[in-house]
Amino acid sequence: MWSLSYIANALHDWLYQTFSPTLALIIEMVIAGIAVIGLFAVLGLVLVIMERRVAAWMQIRLGPNRVGPFGLLQSLADTLKLLVKEGMTPSGSDKFLFNLAPYIAMMVAMLLMAPIAFAKDFQLWDLNIGVLYVSAVSSIMVISILMAGWASNNKYSLMGAMRSGAQIVSYELSAGLSVLVVVVLTGSLKISDIIQSQADGWWIFKGHVPVLVAFVIFIIAVTAETNRAPFDLAEAESELTAGFHTEYSGMKFALFFLAEYINVFIVCSIGAILFLGGWMPFHIGHWEGFNRVMDYIPSSIWFFGKTFFLIFVIMWFRWTFPRLRIDQLLNLEWKYLLPISMINILLATAIAIAGWHF
Amino acid sequence: MPGLPSLRERGSRGEANMFIVNYIKDIYKGIRSLLVGMRRTGYYFTHHKEIITQEYPDNRDTLKMADRFKGEVVMPHDENNEHRCTGCTACELACPNGTIKVVTKFDITPEGKKKKAIDKLVYHLELCTMCNLCIIACPSDAIVMAQTFEHSVFDRAQLTKILNNPGSKIMEGVE
Repeated sequence: MWSLSYIANALHDWLYQTFSPTLALIIEMVIAGIAVIGLFAVLGLVLVIMERRVAAWMQIRLGPNRVGPFGLLQSLADTLKLLVKEGMTPSGSDKFLFNLAPYIAMMVAMLLMAPIAFAKDFQLWDLNIGVLYVSAVSSIMVISILMAGWASNNKYSLMGAMRSGAQIVSYELSAGLSVLVVVVLTGSLKISDIIQSQADGWWIFKGHVPVLVAFVIFIIAVTAETNRAPFDLAEAESELTAGFHTEYSGMKFALFFLAEYINVFIVCSIGAILFLGGWMPFHIGHWEGFNRVMDYIPSSIWFFGKTFFLIFVIMWFRWTFPRLRIDQLLNLEWKYLLPISMINILLATAIAIAGWHF
Repeated sequence: MPGLPSLRERGSRGEANMFIVNYIKDIYKGIRSLLVGMRRTGYYFTHHKEIITQEYPDNRDTLKMADRFKGEVVMPHDENNEHRCTGCTACELACPNGTIKVVTKFDITPEGKKKKAIDKLVYHLELCTMCNLCIIACPSDAIVMAQTFEHSVFDRAQLTKILNNPGSKIMEGVE
């Protein structure tokens, strides 16, 4: 079978037979790095064109349709344009931090790729605290935004960065609590365990109302954490020109832009793994025949299908809802999402202890 | 999102119950209104025939402008090269930014009387804001708004137009 895990294992075996173990490990790391960077580039291009088409169709427009077939090469052309542009560093800025910030944003996105299972047995690093790792590393993102806003020496950048800080710190709480619901039900923080526990049905179907509520809260919280509309206060164009990346241009701006989309992909894949079973095909309890048929669809297609569905939902939010004010944003978190998710995790714990889930 | 009452405002048990009811009602209403919005955009997303974008240079031959579109001021002439302008300068007076200039002359009628008529009606397209006030002011409906819009030229002198055709004269019976 030509699955992703088969290719990876064949490559692994061949490398260890041909080279010494140390060299083979180094080569594997390089290959993994190149694969991640390649995935970044492809994801950036695909998600940007997807966002623009979704936005256009929701606003009764056509969207990009001139470059290439159906305008599919538009984002490639935009990337080329950004590549040849000059990356300006403003003279009043803190030059070291200013140039460092976009790379930290990219590095965070890259680190977050490690524990994600793209297909059956196809994962860079299946560490036993995968979920904790993801929520810990994703909060480094705010440092790059604060760094960019501070180093730009521009009042709009700083305001955007400060808002972003308040926002991410607040919404991390309810994102964490909604993730905990699934962790409580599974009894493990390991990504592969969480996916395996959904072999007889995804958590969103098995876990009754608490998991459903947790899923909704998770989607709201990660939309806020990735600074996307309706929570895009950090770069509110009408108020702060472009927020923390006002002063950035050329490839440095492109890195921030790319990091935003990669983060959307990552949080959506985490959502797919926790609530929709990751690469696990759609299984219903013990219907052997049905489950067998579903297994014929490759696991990578299941994973990317679910992830892109969630990305579409987040894009749908962006092009439907108006932006919240900063006080409304914090009200929503501290007065609505946080109390609800606290009660919710209590219910989920009761269900897990009593064993009421399927 | 309406603000929640503070702790001081809800003293008794009944008020606390009302608070919970209102809280849940708020959430219900909020989610409902968000879903209504998402249904609308979801409808547009799936129904591409609703798209109102026109691919302009491609559909130039079949392009149909809206009736209310105002492109430029023109003076219609009939087949005898006759227009309806009496040279009353009402349009010139109505224009807020001096776009129209009426140059009058005196014709000699067959009875030997002098009669005021237009020599030139000069129209500066580059100054015009398409406000339609001249068309409203015109007592004899001599000028109308055309639906043309491809006005770009290389020399701005070409934007100054003389609306009456050379050799045209006023229509019979228009005073």
